[in-house]
Amino acid sequence: MSKNVSIKYAIDWTTVFYYVVLVFMGWVSVYGASYDFDQTSILDWDHRAGKQFVWILTAFGIGGMLLLIDYKMYNYFAYVIYGLTLALLILTIFIAPEIKGSRSWLVIGPISFQPAELAKMATALALAKFMDSYNYKLKSYKDLLPLVAFIFIPFVLIILQKETGSALVFIAFMLVLYREGMNGIFLLLTVFLILLFIVVIRFSIIPIGINQGSLGMVLSMGIITFVQLCYAFFFAKNKREAFILLLGVLVIVSISIIVNLWFKLDFNYVALFTVVASCIYWIVIEVFYRFKKYLLLVLITIGSALFCFSSDYFFNKVLQPHQQSRIKVLLAMDEDLSGAGYNVNQSKIAIGSGGLFGKGFLNGTQTKLNYVPEQDTDFIFCTVGEEYGFVGSTLVLVIYWLFLMRIIRIAERQRETFIRIYAYSVASVFFFHLMINIGMVLGIMPVIGIPLPFFSYGGSSLWGFTVLLFILIRLDASRLERMN
Amino acid sequence: MINDTLQNRRTVISIIITVLVLIYIIRLFSLQIIETKYKSGADSNAFLNKTQFPPRGLIYDRNKTLLVYNKPAYDITIIMREIRNLDTIAFCTALNISKQFFIKKVDDIKDRNKNHGYSPYTPQVFMTQLNIEDIATFQQSMYKYPGFFIQNRTLREYAFPYAAHVLGNIGEVSQRRIEKDDYYKSGDYAGRDGIEYTYEKALRGVKGYEILLRDAKGRIKGRYEQGRKDIAPKTGENLTLTLDIKLQILGEKLMAGKVGSIVAIEPTTGEILAMVSNPAFNPSILVGRQRSKNYNVLLNDPNKPLMNRATQAQYSPGSGFKTIQALVCQEMGGISEDTRFSCNGPSSYPVKCTHHHGSPVSLLNAIEQSCNPYFWNAFKSTIEKDGYGAKNLIFRTNYDEWVDKIKSFGFGEKFKDGDLYEQSRGYIPTQKFYNKVYKAETGWRALTIRSNSIGQGEILATPLQLANAMAAIANSGFYITPHLQIHDSMKQKIHHTKVDKKYFPIVFEGMSRVFESGTARASRIEGLNMCGKTGTVENSRGKDHSIFVGFAPRENPKIAIAVVVENAGFGSIYAAPIFSLLVEQYIKGKIERIELQERITNIVTNKNVKER
Repeated sequence: MSKNVSIKYAIDWTTVFYYVVLVFMGWVSVYGASYDFDQTSILDWDHRAGKQFVWILTAFGIGGMLLLIDYKMYNYFAYVIYGLTLALLILTIFIAPEIKGSRSWLVIGPISFQPAELAKMATALALAKFMDSYNYKLKSYKDLLPLVAFIFIPFVLIILQKETGSALVFIAFMLVLYREGMNGIFLLLTVFLILLFIVVIRFSIIPIGINQGSLGMVLSMGIITFVQLCYAFFFAKNKREAFILLLGVLVIVSISIIVNLWFKLDFNYVALFTVVASCIYWIVIEVFYRFKKYLLLVLITIGSALFCFSSDYFFNKVLQPHQQSRIKVLLAMDEDLSGAGYNVNQSKIAIGSGGLFGKGFLNGTQTKLNYVPEQDTDFIFCTVGEEYGFVGSTLVLVIYWLFLMRIIRIAERQRETFIRIYAYSVASVFFFHLMINIGMVLGIMPVIGIPLPFFSYGGSSLWGFTVLLFILIRLDASRLERMN
Repeated sequence: MINDTLQNRRTVISIIITVLVLIYIIRLFSLQIIETKYKSGADSNAFLNKTQFPPRGLIYDRNKTLLVYNKPAYDITIIMREIRNLDTIAFCTALNISKQFFIKKVDDIKDRNKNHGYSPYTPQVFMTQLNIEDIATFQQSMYKYPGFFIQNRTLREYAFPYAAHVLGNIGEVSQRRIEKDDYYKSGDYAGRDGIEYTYEKALRGVKGYEILLRDAKGRIKGRYEQGRKDIAPKTGENLTLTLDIKLQILGEKLMAGKVGSIVAIEPTTGEILAMVSNPAFNPSILVGRQRSKNYNVLLNDPNKPLMNRATQAQYSPGSGFKTIQALVCQEMGGISEDTRFSCNGPSSYPVKCTHHHGSPVSLLNAIEQSCNPYFWNAFKSTIEKDGYGAKNLIFRTNYDEWVDKIKSFGFGEKFKDGDLYEQSRGYIPTQKFYNKVYKAETGWRALTIRSNSIGQGEILATPLQLANAMAAIANSGFYITPHLQIHDSMKQKIHHTKVDKKYFPIVFEGMSRVFESGTARASRIEGLNMCGKTGTVENSRGKDHSIFVGFAPRENPKIAIAVVVENAGFGSIYAAPIFSLLVEQYIKGKIERIELQERITNIVTNKNVKER
């Protein structure tokens, strides 16, 4: 008993408070989103708000139970939990029924559950445990490989369940790795590659002349050249080489434009030639001057050039038509208001019509009349935007922000690497969900079906997020126990 | 702590999170505060304004006899999504339509090119304007056809198959009218022609709206704020017309088999008692599903039954015009009561006389005998009374005065302060016109325009204008704008003629003698003094038009009438008896000369004008 009493003081009640507030707001939003004309009570079990209430109560129960478990157990059983979760993920692929095109739901009697929700917590624990090993240090690229494996295995398994959205969440762990010493260049590289992909796809439909290549390819090669210049100028701090590169590129571009007056060129190849030429230039410098810094640059250049040429292929051949159209809608290449663009357009109408203070509780016409599909799950934030307006939506965002900052603060106050890494994992996962979900609803991220933590309707995701968070609260509470 | 060198990465991560949250808040700000299009987007999504059509106002005649009312009609609507196990053959039998019609109709509804607002979840119009007989069988078996619904509407119903030109009709509004008046929506009905058109705003009432909430699939989910924001429809106003339906019916019957028109006006009020145009049609054929078929038949009929000849046809007024001429010439001092001119009968120059009477002839006899030379001389001495002057200036000034005085009887212009739809102007030639035709201000003289003196030549008048001029004579110098709705405000619309009261009695006397000893002797009514004037108007196409104008009783005129029978011949044979019968009906309330009535009714002057 004495242990329980001490926990009561050690628990970070601020985090619990944010959690309860978000869950409660979520519940009210689910009621608003699923409200129909003949419905009366928020507690009606036949309707979604009533069911969500049950999920909330059980989530509280699960959270409470997690707090009672000895903190050492999480560290001790981390690999076991990870292993069991992977087994469950594999099992799911084979026994899960197909629901909306994915095989990710385990159905046990009246309860259906998505093991992918647990995988985030399990991966976080496993990562934390591995990096906490006393002989482990993230110093070279080699040290990254096992970590990438920990993340990649559940990622692939979830992809196999055709639950791409949940799989993408594992990208969030990059932030954890960054915090623990991974070179920041990987984060920049990720942003850089996404940018390249967007440029290639967005501008590939704009041709230059007839059979003379596309603007997308030329622009992306231009971006690569620009990155080379920046690298040479700021990282390698070699102004002379940067200047020579710039001069060389300008010469190639002017010659090809002049030649083009008489003889039509394919500018795709001109752009490719420019990049290849610059690579040869860096290799020459590398070999002759033994200037090691340029090896990475050559790798990046070649890699991204290949990426550009393959992303066109990837987009048109690998992605399915509905995924293509989602990206096209996002990049404003295609309106498609009755197809892929419908959700986002209706979602923007719902939020935009909220105005400053919103239409008030249960007065949202867009949501009440079902104009926004998935409005109580993935598009739940529409209800907030429509019924509570700019003030309400900003308030929700600010509470999320406070919540995330609080978790980072918890992470940074830990003496144990295990807890800190776990805490950063928690923060990263919540952040990624927030970024993708609200970005999607606001029409600035592609439509990727992942829930908004604590808001979206559904027991599985609420339980998953609760478990993720309350393990952290329990671990954090152990500070005082250790002091005692 | 452990990785102290990496402490700054906490800051980087915090900044990433903070920047993202800020970007999203800015995005929210632009969506919710700056952009305004989303608000209306949500409203047009959710609110469906369902129109509630008000019943149209009723129309009565001057004796409160109901002429036009509404009868229920039915539209059949269809919600494609709700159709279950349709037995097409039984369905088509119940509605008495062919299977081909059914298939084509359904295809048309589903074709978004023809039906822009198509949704399988909302009611689509399948058939419109069915009457109770059409729908009776179907209604009994409706339960067998889920997805089909009956919607109530109203259609016009006519108590009498007459007065089609006066009443007008109702048709779907044109795109132009929708653009001009935003009250109308595509598919609405509005008055076309006649009273239905001129009093459209009063008759139509005000549409009401039911504000319904519509979900994403177009299903109606209920009423907005339980109907508190709904607007109830306002019933159209009822109208009381100036028409006397008995007189109207008699007029139309008398015109059977003839082309022409009749206008009867109550002189003291300007109220139009009857307005007949033949060929005519039964107004109820332009109602409901047969409308467009029948309308096309009428439109393509060479006798132009859709045209209201009473206000739109223009004729040379002929001898009836001599009564006006007599007044204006006296007023301008060209003649007096005692002025006499000689008449050489058929050998008169430059205007021949077709009648046989003594010479020289007085004004009184000239009216009675319709002497052409007299009125030529009167006209000449009126406009030439002061000579011609330099550049004919004096002559032209006198001519202008003559035009002005003629026009004061309502000729040459439309009646703009009344409620008559589609009038023709008629024509009183101006000085300018002749200057142009004869290429100089000095190019024409009284002799040049001599035909005007006897109502031929360039002068044109509508039957309405002729009847109105008779009313002005009957009132001894004024008329009230002829109109069709009884309304107090019309009393203000009094127009005085520019002829002094003292010049009228002799015209009364002359017109009265037309019945006693003149051209209309055969059309006398015992014990009733009538004033009138026959006219036989030369006509380049076929036989002369038979015209009669006049008013009665002489002492206290209650009715002024103009009758035109096209291509019939002498005015005294066709138009005068019609005038006489109408007076009898109106003054005595019934016709005693049944034989005459039957004889006139049975005269056919144009074989193409079908019996109705």
